[in-house]
Amino acid sequence: MTISIPEKTNSPIGNLQPKGWFRYFSFSLDHKVIGLQYLVCGFIFYLIGGALASAIRIELTSPISDFVPRDVYNQILTLHGTIMIFLWIVPVVNGAFGNYLIPFYVGARDMAFPRLNAIAFWMIPPAGLLLISSYFINGSAQSGWTAYPPLSITTPAAGQLIWILSVLLLGGSSIFGGVNFIATILKLRRPGLKLMQMPMYCWAMLGTSILIVLSTPVLAGTLILLSFDIVAHTGFFNPSLGGNAVVYQHLFWFYSHPAVYIMVLPAFGLVSEILPVHSRKPLFGYSTMVYSIMTIVVLGFLVWAHHMFTSGTPPWMRLFFTIATSFIAVPTGIKFFNWVATLWGGKITLNSAMLFSCGFIVNFVFGGITGVALAQVPFDIHVHDTYFVVAHFHYIVYGGSVFVIFSSIYHWYPKFTGRMLNENLGRFHFALTFIGFNLCFAPQHWLGLNGMPRRVAEYDPQFQFVNQLSSIGALIMAISTLPFLWNAIHSAFKGSIAGDNPWAALTPEWLTSSPPPVENWDGPAPLVTKPYGYGVQTKEAETQSGNEPAINGDN
Amino acid sequence: MVLPKSSALIILLIVIGLVIGGTWIGQNINLLPIDASTNASVYDELFKVLFSIGAILFFGITGLVIYSLIRFRKKPGELGDGLPIADNLPLEVFWTAVPTIVILFVGLYSYDIYDRMGGMQKLQINQHDHSAMVSEQKIWGGIGTGSIEPTTQNKATSLPVEVTALQFAFLFHYPKGDILSGELHVPVGQPVSMRLESKDVIHAFWVPQFRIKQDIIPGQPTMLNFTPTKPGRYPIICAELCGPYHGGMRSSVIVEEPNKYQEWFNSNSKESLTES
Repeated sequence: MTISIPEKTNSPIGNLQPKGWFRYFSFSLDHKVIGLQYLVCGFIFYLIGGALASAIRIELTSPISDFVPRDVYNQILTLHGTIMIFLWIVPVVNGAFGNYLIPFYVGARDMAFPRLNAIAFWMIPPAGLLLISSYFINGSAQSGWTAYPPLSITTPAAGQLIWILSVLLLGGSSIFGGVNFIATILKLRRPGLKLMQMPMYCWAMLGTSILIVLSTPVLAGTLILLSFDIVAHTGFFNPSLGGNAVVYQHLFWFYSHPAVYIMVLPAFGLVSEILPVHSRKPLFGYSTMVYSIMTIVVLGFLVWAHHMFTSGTPPWMRLFFTIATSFIAVPTGIKFFNWVATLWGGKITLNSAMLFSCGFIVNFVFGGITGVALAQVPFDIHVHDTYFVVAHFHYIVYGGSVFVIFSSIYHWYPKFTGRMLNENLGRFHFALTFIGFNLCFAPQHWLGLNGMPRRVAEYDPQFQFVNQLSSIGALIMAISTLPFLWNAIHSAFKGSIAGDNPWAALTPEWLTSSPPPVENWDGPAPLVTKPYGYGVQTKEAETQSGNEPAINGDN
Repeated sequence: MVLPKSSALIILLIVIGLVIGGTWIGQNINLLPIDASTNASVYDELFKVLFSIGAILFFGITGLVIYSLIRFRKKPGELGDGLPIADNLPLEVFWTAVPTIVILFVGLYSYDIYDRMGGMQKLQINQHDHSAMVSEQKIWGGIGTGSIEPTTQNKATSLPVEVTALQFAFLFHYPKGDILSGELHVPVGQPVSMRLESKDVIHAFWVPQFRIKQDIIPGQPTMLNFTPTKPGRYPIICAELCGPYHGGMRSSVIVEEPNKYQEWFNSNSKESLTES
């Protein structure tokens, strides 16, 4: 059964790779180094974006505009959205974990295009610095991360142009990554590994990469036209020159709705890897999970106008997008039932990774339910562009994707570093994050329903108490980063030694040393055809080299 | 087996409890401001149904997660794996069917609500109304566009108002009487037919108590109709980011008894009109 790949050749490129700590600051071609570069870089931007979020919540503790000037407030909310989406969640759920895990999962020694991979990463820090530096030039963009014209054409041009430039760079990086993942998953699979034997994260990344490659160019084209409107005074989207502002919204959301799936599908994949390991059970319903992902990919292209129900869309279009959007709940619902079924009857170790994953399920179900409600035109008409929507999408991208990022860090940190994270600090981090998050965003549903629009620096005084409640939640969220930061930094030096496979997991990244060698395995790449064979591996032991009967984890 | 004995009865009881509890939550917890238009009461019906369904699903799934985490925890010193159950076709068909049925129900129900709000009616206003609308222009309707009783021919009862939005204010122009006002005065019970136009960037007209919102888009007039049902002063809020003072772009709609409205109208009207 086992087909071996020839021992690694003495490739000169491998030997030219920088060694030691310096490799994390170099143009390394090693997918593991690039993955960690994405992760740490993304986390730094997360801290910046989080500081901006704190500024927003401080401003909103009082109903008048008193903390920052009004135009600076709009710059802050624009930067917060842009940084969190384009520099934190998208690069981390795709770039960081995708780069680190996909070559392991398909049995490859690196990504298909290592140089393209390194370029894709090294586009991100300059793009991020460019974006943030625009604040010091003439004020950064202040038309929200959606940059709707004509507002984006009439606000100060320098900031808006720099915003466009950096989003173009980040989109380019994302496309490079997407092409690389598709090629790696389809063409670099180890001989003998069939598509339907790949770990679920491969499918999630394949689906996500298809979304990225097909939709991001639309955003790029749209933003280039917008920049022409700003610089050359063309009239694509400028009504005073005969343009149409609603066309921009269609083009923008044709990317930016799939962008939601670009942020959550990889998270779904990561959760599908984490839950089976810590519940010692196979992933429930593998093939329905695969079909669900692909259904979400297809439907993801057909729902964009649900962001535009109040933009003056004809009735047939409102109905079509209501129905299409609602039906995304079906494949998504299947995935959630399958995860619950994965937990059911397992032998669950409730560690930090598991807590964050289960927190994700609860938060995302909540965000999904409000999402189905928002898909209904008559419902959306009232709450569109209010704090209800703010609450909803934070439940999706924070309660969903960011919870999964933390879960994944707790799960794979032993592989990244060879050391364990402190479990008690991890649980403390989870408790703070979960309480802070829900205290911050749950009350915002009420705010939206009762008349607080989004993106405002001042509001009706009757909303002050609930806003302060929300700000306390934000404060708890901000504090929750501290135990995590301490844990991540301290454990890298002082953590207990993890060993190769602390969770007794079956997926291929655990069948090598921690941290893994440059080309992933010293010997031939193992063939893992049953990545979720928990409970049956004694029968499979003879066919799968390296899979020992499950042993108890470290805790 | 994974399920305890006599589980069928217990599951049935739990499901019934969930449905009753969820419905109770949806029907009795009120998160909405008062309903002050014909649109709002229809909206609140939809909201209660969605809230009930959402509560049932949320507490159901959360309950399952928490139960699994308690019931299937690995005991100290316990070795080995869970049961190697990787799929179960009837179960998967079941939980594909349940969301599909729920979604179909929600979709059909919200279509019905949308229809009752007048969302599916064609814009008839152009042909009947002689206010300053350019028939050549593409005018797109907001929800409630047809909420004026389409069967009745007494279009005279609908009050036309032209809304102009600009950074950072709303202006309301009453063609009948040529009144220009910073606040919207409307008589209770009379349908209002608004034509909205923006002078600069995109704004939005939102009255939470009416449950209606419509973007005001430069270069593309939009329509919005509503019928206020309760006298009072309600906020008009701009809901689309329109610049630094977006948060301060607010006005009020004053719903008055018809005689009080008439008083206001007569004292502001620039034309001497004999009321029909």
